[in-house]
Amino acid sequence: MTPAARSTLNPFKLAAVVLQRELRLAMRRWDQVLQPLIFFIVIVTLFPLATNPELSELRRIAPGILWVAAMLASLLAADGLFRPDVEDGTMEQWVLSGQPLSWLLLVKSFAHWLLTGLPLVLVAPAVAISLGVNAGSGVIMLALALGSGVLTLLGAVGAALTVGLRRGNMLMALVVLPLEMPVLIFGAQAVQSAIRLESAIGIINLLGAILLLSIILTPFAMSAAIRVSIE
Amino acid sequence: MNWVWFHKLASPPSAYVFATRLRPWLFWVSIVMMLWSGWQALFVVPMDYQQKDAFRIAYVHVPAASLSLMVYSMMAIAAAIGLIWRMKLAHAVAAACAIPGTILTVLALVTGSLWGKPMWGAYWVWDARLTSELILLFLYLGYMALRASFDDISRADRASAILAIVGIVNVPIVKFSVVWWNSLHQGQTLSIFSESKMDASMITPLLVMMLAFLMFFGAALCDGLRAEILRRERNASWLSELNQ
Repeated sequence: MTPAARSTLNPFKLAAVVLQRELRLAMRRWDQVLQPLIFFIVIVTLFPLATNPELSELRRIAPGILWVAAMLASLLAADGLFRPDVEDGTMEQWVLSGQPLSWLLLVKSFAHWLLTGLPLVLVAPAVAISLGVNAGSGVIMLALALGSGVLTLLGAVGAALTVGLRRGNMLMALVVLPLEMPVLIFGAQAVQSAIRLESAIGIINLLGAILLLSIILTPFAMSAAIRVSIE
Repeated sequence: MNWVWFHKLASPPSAYVFATRLRPWLFWVSIVMMLWSGWQALFVVPMDYQQKDAFRIAYVHVPAASLSLMVYSMMAIAAAIGLIWRMKLAHAVAAACAIPGTILTVLALVTGSLWGKPMWGAYWVWDARLTSELILLFLYLGYMALRASFDDISRADRASAILAIVGIVNVPIVKFSVVWWNSLHQGQTLSIFSESKMDASMITPLLVMMLAFLMFFGAALCDGLRAEILRRERNASWLSELNQ
């Protein structure tokens, strides 16, 4: 490899290339993109069946239902985040390319969020209505947008840690869910205050702060974990 | 400053010998201290005016809980040292922290719930302090599960080190949960740098008990470290020389 080829590209150009690739790959596999969304809706459906289907009852536990379903959906989606790339050798090329791996992985996680997190955010108000929550869809979407970003990033760390293992599914849940619990707490609190028509600004700020911190810190954990996993 | 002693200690053979020598001292001194402060706590220390005799469980609960956090921090720091400077012994220390840390966390949770029953009327409440301590337990369990799932010990070291470092965000959450949230759990009563909110006759046995727990953990760490070194260096020649 010539020294010129080793030098790092413009990070934004690089991001555009990665983003384009991820989205194009996703376009060709629509079914896989839809799976987390369907899973999310199915999980939500389970709660009225298992508990009391009265809307007044469901409204009380709606924040918890929404967030637990979102967490499980993001966990399921994260499992396939790096596996195809590691199996076909793309990830190895990324590691060897001389480009900053943490940046590449952050962009990849962002693309993943666009495909798996954003759809959940968009359907959340409709799902909330089905649980008897008619108010505060703006707060619900905002909280879920910020929170699902954190869930995606933490899920990506877990995926990077377990991608080299043959059966990492259960392990990944065990590793990632405890780390995600603070997000669950604050996210559900935000939805709760939206239902009660209280101001959720403090909790939204806190979720935003957690997201920013995750954006800064998790890419390094991801790249370190990928380097361990692919050797 | 001369760092030779440090580099020497960081090599597995000398660490093994050092841990072997240190262990009985830590162990027996901690047992003596535990017996003294246990006797003080049960028979000498006066009853709490509000909590009556139930508060005496604090002499197990407080050391276990504070140490469970300290051990996690130590595990994460050792893991970071191992990851950054590629020091194998640091990884061994981190691995040896996991089991004592888990036991301390379980002990803190169990004694806490036994204390909670007479005080709050419930064994368990979903309160910030309790929940974050429970998350700490899950972090320890996840750490051990991740370690166990790698066949190659060096990969297990590095992967679990990353997890330990990421998980350290929970430590300040547990520590300050009684300050940040309006918790059912009582606030901080013991303080090193300012006056404690406890009577002096109650404090001394508690501090001795905490020190005893710390030394007991040190002894357990020595054992764990020796086991880790044996596992990693089972084919090394210094081991067979040591056994002759």
